[in-house]
Amino acid sequence: MHLLEGEKVTKYFGGLAAVSEVDFYVDEGEILGLIGPNGAGKTTLFNLISAALEPKPGVIKFRDEQINGLRPYKICRLGIARTFQTVKIFGNLPVIENVRVGSLFGPLKGLSTAEATKVALELLEFVGLSKVAYTPARDMTLVNQKRLEVARALATKPTLLLLDELMAGLNQTELLDTMELVKQIQKKGITIIMIEHVMKAIMGICDRIIVLHHGKKIADGTPEEVANSKKVIEVYLGEASDAGS
Amino acid sequence: MNFSSINWKRAAMQPGIPVLLLILVALAPLYGSGYIVTLFTYFILYMVLSVSWTIFSGSTGYISLASAAFYGVGIYAAAMFGERMPFIFVILIGGIASFILAFIVGAITLRLRGIYFAMFTFGLVVLMKEVIHYWEITIEGTRGHFVIYQSNETIFYYLLGIFIVTMIVAYIIRKSRYGLALASIGENEEAAGHTGINVTMVKVITFAISAVFMGAAGAVMATKFTYIDPGVAFNPMMSFSPALMAIFGGMGSIYGPVVGAVFFSYLQEWLMTGSLKNYYMLIFGAILVLTIIYLPSGITGLIQNLWRRIRGARSAPTRG
Amino acid sequence: MEQFLNIFLGGLLIGGIYSLVSMGLSLQYGVAKVLNIAHGEFLMIGAFATYWLQESGVDPLLTVVIVGPVMFLVGFLLYRTVFTSIRLRSAHPGIYESNSLLAAFGIYFIVQNIGILIWGTTPHSYTYLNTSISVAGALFTQNRIVAAAFAVVIGIAFYLFLTNTRTGKAIRAAAQDPSTAGLMGVNIDFVLALCFGFGAAMAGVAGSLISICYSLSTSMGLGYTVIAIVVVTLGGLGSIPGSFIGGFVLGIIGSAVSYWQPGLTVASYYVIFIILLLVRPKGIMGK
Ligand SMILES: Nc1ncnc2c1ncn2[C@@H]1O[C@H](COP(=O)(O)OP(=O)(O)OP(=O)(O)O)[C@@H](O)[C@H]1O
Ligand SMILES: [Mg+2]
Repeated sequence: MHLLEGEKVTKYFGGLAAVSEVDFYVDEGEILGLIGPNGAGKTTLFNLISAALEPKPGVIKFRDEQINGLRPYKICRLGIARTFQTVKIFGNLPVIENVRVGSLFGPLKGLSTAEATKVALELLEFVGLSKVAYTPARDMTLVNQKRLEVARALATKPTLLLLDELMAGLNQTELLDTMELVKQIQKKGITIIMIEHVMKAIMGICDRIIVLHHGKKIADGTPEEVANSKKVIEVYLGEASDAGS
Repeated sequence: MNFSSINWKRAAMQPGIPVLLLILVALAPLYGSGYIVTLFTYFILYMVLSVSWTIFSGSTGYISLASAAFYGVGIYAAAMFGERMPFIFVILIGGIASFILAFIVGAITLRLRGIYFAMFTFGLVVLMKEVIHYWEITIEGTRGHFVIYQSNETIFYYLLGIFIVTMIVAYIIRKSRYGLALASIGENEEAAGHTGINVTMVKVITFAISAVFMGAAGAVMATKFTYIDPGVAFNPMMSFSPALMAIFGGMGSIYGPVVGAVFFSYLQEWLMTGSLKNYYMLIFGAILVLTIIYLPSGITGLIQNLWRRIRGARSAPTRG
Repeated sequence: MEQFLNIFLGGLLIGGIYSLVSMGLSLQYGVAKVLNIAHGEFLMIGAFATYWLQESGVDPLLTVVIVGPVMFLVGFLLYRTVFTSIRLRSAHPGIYESNSLLAAFGIYFIVQNIGILIWGTTPHSYTYLNTSISVAGALFTQNRIVAAAFAVVIGIAFYLFLTNTRTGKAIRAAAQDPSTAGLMGVNIDFVLALCFGFGAAMAGVAGSLISICYSLSTSMGLGYTVIAIVVVTLGGLGSIPGSFIGGFVLGIIGSAVSYWQPGLTVASYYVIFIILLLVRPKGIMGK
């Protein structure tokens, strides 16, 4: 049994098929990479999994149960958490409250307020934001806001975590730190799907990679297989320098 | 700010001055003239309306212009049931009927974008007025209803009771985990949904709770009018006033809407009693525009900011 | 059959005016994103301005040439002073929309009460071209036909302006997507203020045309605002042709409802609005 599985998942915006008949799966414990050029449909696929959008047609199953058609909060309580490509934090709330929202409302069985605070502090420590726990979230740098989103997502006690371009715009040290963070999350036993343009990160930590192009899946395999796929190389020709690094 | 941890001891000690003021107001019928009691009645009415408006609209950012509809439902509840049962039940019916109406309207409209919600709620007031008017004229063959009389003191004390309950509920919501959910919806609704909050449910229930106090207040105030018709009961100004009072007073603190309510009801009393009614509306509009441009966190927000600056900005600012 | 024709033609005539009013609101809400609840107050001011001018001997139809530009200027300046600063201070578009709605309510109170202070609350009217002529067996006064014809001509002229001039194209670009329009070198604040000005001008001119066939009062505005909001929702946000056609559709519906149940006309508009929002929030012409 796969942890998450999609069959012929499709989404149209007007006439444009943003995601078109994509079959995919992810197994427990894996880090799955999701790559593709701009506008390939990666974020849309995340939106479909997390129920921000509904596939039409197509089926998405989590532990063999169909989950498309559910509301976003249900998806979250089932154990699928996400971050956003354009950060969506609770800007005027203190950092710790952002995370407490996750621990109070995200898990299937809610925590007491004291437990929630404890969990939130631990998670802020984990992502390295303890020092700014009581400042309003909007006053942080973008990099830290993205980390806050990770902490908030983890607070919901997910089995599957969807990371949308966590590493965009990072410098070299930040990149290494964040790759380490992702590996640490995996060690907690959490399965990860990550969208990334930074090839170094993708190739370095993913167990498997799916490539989307114009909404269609054009490759699915280990990093080596994908890197050597003719189709993928064609699509990425324009971005060859990036892919080779 | 610290959500979901009410320190009861502190909660009881902290509002010392407000409680003192409250007692002073509560004793008004003993020392004040009839005029003072009536004036205070209107202060309290607007305090109830603007605090309960803030419970929902202040935290979620959805502008409700339905206050007049809920207030009017309360008024009609008093007109229909006033003679048949004790006053307290009439008030409860007013509150419950408003709750149900708000629940239905919320369930239909709170999936829409905020601007549509605002229009929708405004239209609700007009719709209620027109439909009830039509009903009375063509089906009942009447226009309006009598409402059973209550003394000014009775009205005053019932309204004060509703106000206290409103404040307590507003305080508990603000400090509880439920308040944190509301605040996160106001900050970013989409993210709140993906973080496990049943966004629609929280919005609909809060909207309905805020309507309870408006309906109850309407049921009490109806007895002051003795004779009501749809034009009196569903007056759109009762939707605008609470919103303006809350925005002007500031919604970052629970006292903001109270301050706004007192300011405007006094201004209204002062200008409307003369022949300056149109000037009141003019000033009302001008203050509304100016507040939105220059005072986004209201009078209390302004004072808090000044205070913080005087003390040297040591503590973390709360949400505005 | 004759009844039917009466309702239908009557609806078309008033529908022409609705179209003009709604095209104005469509520019303000669809493009400038201000749900201008004070829209009808500009209409009221336009109507009274025409009333004033015709009292001093100006032909009511000619007043359009004065009312239009003056109202344009008022709308333009209003946007620059009030709504631009709200836009710049708002954290995100949702906050801008609700704050500008509230500010528009403030403007509504201000303008309406200025109107009351000047003209009082009693209805005013004057006579102009009020001989009746027969259209396919149904009788209508000339002034209603002239007003509707003017409204349609102005509406079409404005549409041609939007599609055929540089300014018009900038407005349409801003309607599609303000951020990319900004990137393409369109001065976005200027264009939005233009839209708001044009919207006010259309309301004012519609007011002038209304004044030649109906009586006026300082409380006439809100009713037209409500109609315009329903029409804009019906026609699709930001769709000028949608508002144009929607105006006629609502005119005919309103004419029919007020024939059978005059007491329910306003209620019927609201019911249409509810159904639209729930079933097809994009409107009939929306993409
Ligand atoms: N809500 C929406 N409405 C209309 N079109 C949309 C919407 N969301 C996405 N699209 C379109 O769907 C396509 C896929 O977008 P998506 O955001 O999924 O791409 P992506 O792979 O995440 O790209 P990027 O790497 O730039 O983030 C794009 O053409 C985009 O314009
Ligand atoms: Mg993306």
